[in-house]
Amino acid sequence: MHLADYLGLLHRSEGELADAFRTVARGHAEEPDVFHICERLAAQCDRHAAALRPFAERYGEEQEDEPERLHSDLFGDGVRSGGLGLLRDLHDLYLMASECDISWTMIGQGAQGARDTELLAVVDACEHETATQLAWLRTRMKQAAPQALVVA
Amino acid sequence: MPDRIADPWGPRTPYARGGEWPARTDVFLEEGTREEDVERWVQTASILHSNGDAYDMAVRDGRLVGVRGRAVDRVNRGRLGPKDLFGWQANRSRDRLTRPLVREGGRLVETDWDTAMGRVVERSRELLGSGPGGWGRFGFYTSGQLFLEEYYTLGVIGKAGIGTPHMDGNTRLCTATAAAALKASFGTDGQPGSYTDVDHCDAIAVYGHNVAETQTMLWARMLDRLHGADRPALLCVDPRLTPVAREADVHLAPVSGTNLALMNGLVHELIRNGWIDERYVRASTLGFEALERLTAGYPPGRVADICRVPSDDVRAAARLLGTCSRLLSTVLQGFYQSHEATAASCAVNNIHLLRGMIGLPGAGIYQMNGQPTAQNTRETGADGDLPGMRNWDNAEHIRELAALWNVDPAIIPHWAPPTHAMQIFRYAEQGSIRLLWVSATNPAVSLPDLGRIRSILGREELFLVVQDLFLTETARLADIVLPAATWGEKLGTFTSVDRTVHISETAVEPPGEARPDLDIFLDYARRMDFRDRDGAPLVKWHDAEGAFEAWKACSRGRPCDYTGITYDMLRGGSGVQWPCTDEAPHGTERLYAGGRFNTDPDFCETYGHDLTTGAAHTEAEYRAREPRGRAFLQAHEWTPPPERTSDDYPLVLTTGRTVYHFHTRTKTGRASQLAAAAPDVWVELNAADAAALGASEGDRMRVESPRGAIEAPARISGVRPGVVFVPFHYGYWDAGDAAGPGAGAGRAANELTITAWDPVSKQPAFKVAAVRVTRLGAGDGPSPAPTTGASAPAAGVAAPATTGGAAAEARSRMEEA
Repeated sequence: MHLADYLGLLHRSEGELADAFRTVARGHAEEPDVFHICERLAAQCDRHAAALRPFAERYGEEQEDEPERLHSDLFGDGVRSGGLGLLRDLHDLYLMASECDISWTMIGQGAQGARDTELLAVVDACEHETATQLAWLRTRMKQAAPQALVVA
Repeated sequence: MPDRIADPWGPRTPYARGGEWPARTDVFLEEGTREEDVERWVQTASILHSNGDAYDMAVRDGRLVGVRGRAVDRVNRGRLGPKDLFGWQANRSRDRLTRPLVREGGRLVETDWDTAMGRVVERSRELLGSGPGGWGRFGFYTSGQLFLEEYYTLGVIGKAGIGTPHMDGNTRLCTATAAAALKASFGTDGQPGSYTDVDHCDAIAVYGHNVAETQTMLWARMLDRLHGADRPALLCVDPRLTPVAREADVHLAPVSGTNLALMNGLVHELIRNGWIDERYVRASTLGFEALERLTAGYPPGRVADICRVPSDDVRAAARLLGTCSRLLSTVLQGFYQSHEATAASCAVNNIHLLRGMIGLPGAGIYQMNGQPTAQNTRETGADGDLPGMRNWDNAEHIRELAALWNVDPAIIPHWAPPTHAMQIFRYAEQGSIRLLWVSATNPAVSLPDLGRIRSILGREELFLVVQDLFLTETARLADIVLPAATWGEKLGTFTSVDRTVHISETAVEPPGEARPDLDIFLDYARRMDFRDRDGAPLVKWHDAEGAFEAWKACSRGRPCDYTGITYDMLRGGSGVQWPCTDEAPHGTERLYAGGRFNTDPDFCETYGHDLTTGAAHTEAEYRAREPRGRAFLQAHEWTPPPERTSDDYPLVLTTGRTVYHFHTRTKTGRASQLAAAAPDVWVELNAADAAALGASEGDRMRVESPRGAIEAPARISGVRPGVVFVPFHYGYWDAGDAAGPGAGAGRAANELTITAWDPVSKQPAFKVAAVRVTRLGAGDGPSPAPTTGASAPAAGVAAPATTGGAAAEARSRMEEA
């Protein structure tokens, strides 16, 4: 039974994504939409992590067995500056959110296998929010890319 | 004769349901001129609000001497509001710009057109030629007050000449949410209803729309029904005690930033009580289950807690909406400039969809505009839309445009969403936009967080071109100032909220060397030598009618099809509502009869967005929903606004227009009757909040947000507790300051407002800033706030009534049609 591994992984990933959204929000506060939406999405990630916690405990979260290679150090030095910096930071957020996204898929599959309807309900409620986070990041990057890559 | 400053709406002509609104011809002529002295009456419509009131300008000895309403017109039936009656006098101001100006040694000096345009073209060529991405160095920020022909020409120059996505209008500040909500619900922009719906409805719901002051003659129509034989029920949602609220059967005053919660609560009650048309919902909408699930979480008790309104009033409002037989709804800035603007506005559409009340007489929706020609910027592509309501994400739509303009599709910027106004200013702040061309608007007063905007406009590296009638706060910061003609001095058309197209003829010559905006854009295109794929000039027309004909070709087959309209058709009679085609040669009064909407994937204007974040949906996702002509019910959770009150900033600021002024007062501040009626800024406080601050009527107050401060006298009014109101757009030109507050106290509401915008419409959230208010000292009498509108003094507060005296008397003739 390795469901606990993925629950721990996602629990931690959501926490780190929340931190990263907040770092980007404050580091790019001069982009008001980025600031406000990243703050909002950070709170959403906090809620995801909180919703996962009881399941992580139920399935015996085992920290030492978690798969590593997370992007927790992506924002270790804070954000980058300028138009290209914004693009790169959003790009890194996208990678982190993708990590969460595919983890939700795995956990959804695990929950089906475990016949855990409560966990499935959490997955149903949260995974589309993560998908929307990805869609927003893609939308915002597409908007910023031509100016940042060609003009500025 | 009625004093139309004291009575902005004029005499009542009550009428019953299903009747025709009686004509009432309003006339105002300058002193010493009688109607029989007028040499020519020249047709036009209002350019000082979005109602579309039709009137004739009186000309004598080559100058404007007055106005007279057009009784034949479907919009106003001859009536005129105070801005129409008096505003035209600004055209004759002595401080009109008459010659181009260029900056020399830090000062603006007069020059000739060749020199001014030569410099604009020289800089343009330099920026276009300096490596790849030249398009990205240009930004165009235009107005909601030019004509259709001018917007279309500018759109072609920007989108097919330069190829830049950085084009927007100040309609972004006032009306972008109207467009976004219409697209999100119905597939394309365009109002479903008609102003005649006032004649047929039995209930009117007014959401965040102080219609009595923003569109006085639309309100006069409503008042005439309200005072007629079978009065429609009236619901008002507004934190202020507006004239609408005073007439209402139910007045809900939610605290700012909670509109979506309220709307979800109303929908909750409609569904719970079965006040829905199930057959219509099944046949003509998508998303009912999600809406039902989501709004289940908004019972009246919870809504009352969030919005701080009585739960019984929420129930009463829902009953009014749910039990009427023909519902007319109207929405404006109280929703559009607030938190979750698009989602809350879509919720109004939801109510009509749930009740099956679209496309029928009396069952209209006005997703209203504030600016008179806002509809045209959206149609023609001078703002963040593609001409003809085409879809940026639809490759076939781009190919159509490229074929029409005979250019390579690659030049039309469709790779990303169009750049909205606030982002244009951000790119200018960062230095990637190097040339910003501002026409007929005044961002140095109208945009949020003015300190920041002034510093952007004043940047050394930014080449700022300003095209306007006056040396506005923005023009004072320009490198080049181009003197423009205004309505009455140029020919063109424009379209009101209910899709009525009017023509505006040339009555008099512009002053000095001032030129019509169309001529300026055509001159630029010629000097820049923009070419099509065959080497012919890109812009193939030379005058207004030519531009109109070109636009008609662009509109063909699209929702806003103008192909059946000609200038001659618009002359003499009334306006015509688009679409007007071979099949509908007299225009179309209502859209979406029969419950069929413009949501076909090949026809729609957008594939949609997540309304909470603005994330774009893909074409594949959209097609998978198989809309098949059905409208979208939009379901979204309320979330708290971006700036919340705190111990430091305990009150919420809301801003708005008053009946006597328009935009940044560049015109209305120069019409003596209007300027005298509301000469200076004020701050409105509820009696309870005022008492807590130790403030009484007229006391000098300081209002501060984290971004700036203003000082203004207090008006103790009927605004809801916890909310303070400051009128926008008092600026600095008539306060002795050049471009900003300098060392003195701020006067513009936007010194205080937050830079934040709706994620879908990108409309700034002017109505949700947290502020603190302190009393500075006693004043020298009551505040200058008008007593006629929402700023009327609270009971027991003494202030002299706002009047205009003999100078504001206008004739109203009721006997003839």
